[in-house]
Amino acid sequence: MSDDKKVNKGRRNLVIACGAAGGVAGVAAAVPFAASWLPSERAKAGGAPVVADISTLEPGQMMTVEWRSKPVWIIRRTKEMVADLARVDAKVSDPKSDVPMQPEYAKNEYRSIKPEVLVLVGVCTHLGCSPQEKPAEDKGEMGADWNGGFLCPCHGSKFDLAGRVYKGSPAPVNLEVPKYTYLSDTRILIGEDTKGA
Amino acid sequence: MAAAEKPPVSGTGSVALDNALTWVDQRFPLISTWKAHLAEYYAPKNFNFWYFFGGLAMLVLGIQIVTGIFLTMNYKPDSNLAFASVEYIMREVPGGWIIRYMHSTGASAFFICVYLHMFRALLYGSHRKPRELIWIFGVLIYLVLMGEAFFGYLLPWGQMSYWGAQVIINLFSAIPFIGPDLSLWIRGDYVIADATLNRFFALHVIAMPLVLLGLVMAHLLALHEVGSNNPDGIEISKHKDAKGVPLDGIPFHPYYTVKDIFGVVVFLIVFAIIAFFAPEMGGYFLEANNFIPANPLQTPPHIAPVWYFTPYYSILRGVPPLFNSQFPGVVAMGVSVMILFTLPWLDRSPVKSIRYRGPYFKVALTAFVVVFLILGYLGTEPVTVWGQFGAWLGHADRATVVARICTVVYFLFFVLMPWYTSIDKNKPEPDRVTYK
Repeated sequence: MSDDKKVNKGRRNLVIACGAAGGVAGVAAAVPFAASWLPSERAKAGGAPVVADISTLEPGQMMTVEWRSKPVWIIRRTKEMVADLARVDAKVSDPKSDVPMQPEYAKNEYRSIKPEVLVLVGVCTHLGCSPQEKPAEDKGEMGADWNGGFLCPCHGSKFDLAGRVYKGSPAPVNLEVPKYTYLSDTRILIGEDTKGA
Repeated sequence: MAAAEKPPVSGTGSVALDNALTWVDQRFPLISTWKAHLAEYYAPKNFNFWYFFGGLAMLVLGIQIVTGIFLTMNYKPDSNLAFASVEYIMREVPGGWIIRYMHSTGASAFFICVYLHMFRALLYGSHRKPRELIWIFGVLIYLVLMGEAFFGYLLPWGQMSYWGAQVIINLFSAIPFIGPDLSLWIRGDYVIADATLNRFFALHVIAMPLVLLGLVMAHLLALHEVGSNNPDGIEISKHKDAKGVPLDGIPFHPYYTVKDIFGVVVFLIVFAIIAFFAPEMGGYFLEANNFIPANPLQTPPHIAPVWYFTPYYSILRGVPPLFNSQFPGVVAMGVSVMILFTLPWLDRSPVKSIRYRGPYFKVALTAFVVVFLILGYLGTEPVTVWGQFGAWLGHADRATVVARICTVVYFLFFVLMPWYTSIDKNKPEPDRVTYK
């Protein structure tokens, strides 16, 4: 140690370089800790696609299957229900499904591959609650011009029978249509849209 | 050797005790720490009722740590076992019910103390120069406390635990671009699941308490560096005697330790009454839906956070979506908390205490408290609680409209503060503290 008050530039630079290298090592050491919060292999396996058998689903009926612990609704709409969808176009905020809340093959007036069969993730796009079915008969509660659809119990978002959100609801966008594909006429694979993948 | 230069400890009345303390003091800063933080920490002599709550918050922290340790001895952080293990604590572990009720009541008591403690700072300008860092440490404590409460609330794995966490974690999904991946990372699964419960347990019992204790230490060290403020908002260090002791200061121990013990006794009476007779507090401290096990496929009809989060929840809910995104509401909620950090610099008044402030600040502070309480109330209720306006307002929910107005007032309190505090008609501050 010298009594000279002047900073030794070479030593100072060495200290800075070592400090920077140590800092990089410290950040790198955080990687496994951050990575440990990603879904584990078991969680990923649990998120695998599921098969739904719709052979017994009558027109007007709805069934719920669990996919990634979320309710997925499958609704076989009647011809009248499908025809009625156009009647609420003016009341929903995204009638043409421009916001990508569905795969490309479900971006149509029915939001489905086959017009009658609707597949929806039954989770409100507002804050993740599960909406409840409100058939057209519930006009007393939902208003005289109600055509059937869904009401979120948390914050009152309303959706029609294609999962399109009504104007004035807290939910910003339509209900999500998951990826799905028909394995046969009566079996739907939910969560995957490439057969055998 | 420095240790040998210290004078021996004397005056305990027992030679053996004097010798023992001398032995320790020569190896550890015992006497100097005792003096610096208690016996010779001079606090203003005019503390009033509002000065109970910092100490009480520390007491509650102690209660939470002790009851929490004992709860972990029977609790199971496993999504299949968690709910039943809490009921096991409640019904079969001897004394388990009261330990759990102390912990759940303590959570609300902690926030009550912290809110009153923060309000005290606003009243008397305790956040102003030179105490900005004390305030910043305090806001950090508040943030960590919110995290601690949020993580802890998932652990009983009831319906409200589950769906409350669902709503909060989904807030992160609203962040553009990274949102969905970020919330997946937080959950560790595609939904709130065992992985989420397990990591929240780790954060609740280890990570957050450690950070909290460190921040409390920093908060106190910063306070003892600059000295306490007082209800007059003037510095007692301006007038000192020949020994450098502030003329208006009294030693923290025994004067304020005795005063705080009185406060502790009153607090514990109230605390015990709640823990024994009203632990659910009509659904405000423990929500009814949380006595139903978590069910990912069924949302409870009405989801509300626990009361201490509801003002911010109202702000979140009140802000309308923009460009099909929830994000503006999330930002507004975040900013409504973060803006507290800037408070010491927003306040331009030459006086600190409400006693010498002019009418503008008094009106602003009153309005702030009123809207905070209204937002808090509305956050516990569904948006339809007050019905709808008529056609002239497009049948908007009355509660939503009121929440929006309150949100605007909430932010105006901060944004306009540099203006109304600098033009206010203040009264002259006294030279010495007033004390009756």
